[in-house]
Amino acid sequence: MNEAEPKPVKAPAPFRPPHLQDPAWVRWTLSLLALSILVVLVVIPVISVFYMAFSRGAQVYFDNLFNDPDTTHAVMLTLTVAPCAVILNVIFGVAAAWTISRFRFPGRTLLITMIDIPFSISPVVAGLMFVLLFGLGGFFGPWLRANGIQILFSTPGLILATTFVTLPFVARELIPVMEAIGPDEEMAALSLGAGGWQIFWRITLPNIRWGLLYGVILCNARAMGEFGAVYVVSGHIAGQTNTMPLHIEQLFQGFNSPGAFAVASVLTLLAVVTLLLKVVVEQKARHTIKTAAIEKK
Amino acid sequence: MSISVKNVCKSFNRKQVLDNVTVEAPTGSLLALLGPSGSGKTTLLRIIAGLETADSGTVHYQDDNVTEYTARERNVGFVFQHYALFRHMTVFENVAFGLRVRKWAEERIRERVFELLHLVRLEELAFRYPSTLSGGQKQRIALIRALAAQPRLLLLDEPFGALDAKVRMELRHWLRKFHDEFHVTSIFVTHDQEEAFEVSDRIVVMNKGRIEQDGTPGEVFEHPANAFVMDFLGNVNIFPVRVEDGRALLGHMAMPLPHVPSNGTDSAQVYVRPHELDINLTREGDEGIEARIVHINPAGSMVKIRLFNDQFGLMVNVDLNPERYTALGLKTGDHVFISPKKARMFSDDYAI
Repeated sequence: MNEAEPKPVKAPAPFRPPHLQDPAWVRWTLSLLALSILVVLVVIPVISVFYMAFSRGAQVYFDNLFNDPDTTHAVMLTLTVAPCAVILNVIFGVAAAWTISRFRFPGRTLLITMIDIPFSISPVVAGLMFVLLFGLGGFFGPWLRANGIQILFSTPGLILATTFVTLPFVARELIPVMEAIGPDEEMAALSLGAGGWQIFWRITLPNIRWGLLYGVILCNARAMGEFGAVYVVSGHIAGQTNTMPLHIEQLFQGFNSPGAFAVASVLTLLAVVTLLLKVVVEQKARHTIKTAAIEKK
Repeated sequence: MSISVKNVCKSFNRKQVLDNVTVEAPTGSLLALLGPSGSGKTTLLRIIAGLETADSGTVHYQDDNVTEYTARERNVGFVFQHYALFRHMTVFENVAFGLRVRKWAEERIRERVFELLHLVRLEELAFRYPSTLSGGQKQRIALIRALAAQPRLLLLDEPFGALDAKVRMELRHWLRKFHDEFHVTSIFVTHDQEEAFEVSDRIVVMNKGRIEQDGTPGEVFEHPANAFVMDFLGNVNIFPVRVEDGRALLGHMAMPLPHVPSNGTDSAQVYVRPHELDINLTREGDEGIEARIVHINPAGSMVKIRLFNDQFGLMVNVDLNPERYTALGLKTGDHVFISPKKARMFSDDYAI
């Protein structure tokens, strides 16, 4: 009754005999070069953000963050726009990944390519596109105005632009995961009498959860930091349509460096948290794909 | 419950996978769909389960026309080739899935799941995850998961395909025993003729989307309908013969055929199974063709001897029982004479 499953044998770590190694000076030079570029381009700027933010003391820092109504509004707006964009992306991403990984249909390759368009288009162009579409002289503009719907220079426009720019994140993470897992478990659930939604909630979603979470984290980071597309559609009205990145720019242009850096430090902190989450979740997501591949041999 | 599939056709991307297929599985039978890969057997099984829809034709369960029913409405147990256990659920939850979907009470679910786990003697695995189970264990869990909601019909797609030889043998016997106890009408797909003969009580041989033959294992093996079935069901020697005066001749030897169909040409092929050939040390009259022993494999219940005939450039396999083998005292390199005790010829000599 008990068949022993052979334990997977770990391959020995690749070992390079000394005569195949590069000379010490090459190794040291290359390592130092990479490290110093990293320090100059990443580490020093990140530290300087916090340094500048606290340059007039903690009191001013917290004043800048919490006692400026425009800043508070910008933070709240970002906390509205980003989650909305993430939710729209989750819905689109899951639907697109499902369609692409489960069906073979004409235009499938085209759809995969189209998903990547937002990555290759400059965000400013994306923003302009929405202005052309929803502006007064645009395609939907007159109709929207006649019906009293405001899209540009208001929250819906910000959400649309942000969603467009972040569109590929969730779908691109999910497609390989769903391809690797395959339709077998869903078929099994179907044969056991489950309906479409039951299959989705009980089988598909739990299987893709790490990949989905990973996509959400990346998507959220990008949504919160988005500048170009949002800049074009927002009309940057302080206290109304300024998200955090837009507000930082405005403060900076208004010679309020400590204020700008205080808000920037919050965004930077968010980036650090994202990075940490990413490391953990990415491993789990990769693990899903790997085990699925092993199961199938 | 009996199953009947009538005139089913199915194409994928204009490639015909099933061509007017009709199959009957009587109530309580264990039927094997046997055929090489690409013969359409898995597609047929999926159509019976409702996981795939036929382009035309009907599926009946007893007197119910279920052609338009979804998989969910058909109440069929399906065992997948790679088990398809839900990786994020424990064994218990896997088996309980079909019952939860049907909204059984928690108490009854528990009872039923443990009853089934007891049946396959895997109760101690109830709260383990599928990734920690061996292939044989996964297979049994997949089977009881399919049976949990008391399906009207059990369908198995290459159920033992992914297991190693020993576990496979054990599970085959177990499936047969299991079927004899519960009598759920079952259909399983296999490409392994040995498996089909060992487990099933009816065999349907499929090839290229068509049914070549349908019958009990005995019928199919003893009276293969055509050259494909003959060749697919185990080893066979093919002799190229001349047809002259209603006789099939290999050299000077006439094949033991009661009736030689004439198909207009004077050359044909004669099929002889290894155990239908005999070996003699001397030639009697025109009987027997000369051959040299190339290899002897004495392991197994029959001694397998491979011989080469120079005259026709033929490699011939002969199975002898050990007594006969010992009596003849055969050695590799010996020159002997082979003669068929029984032979077959098919009138429609189509390519395999």
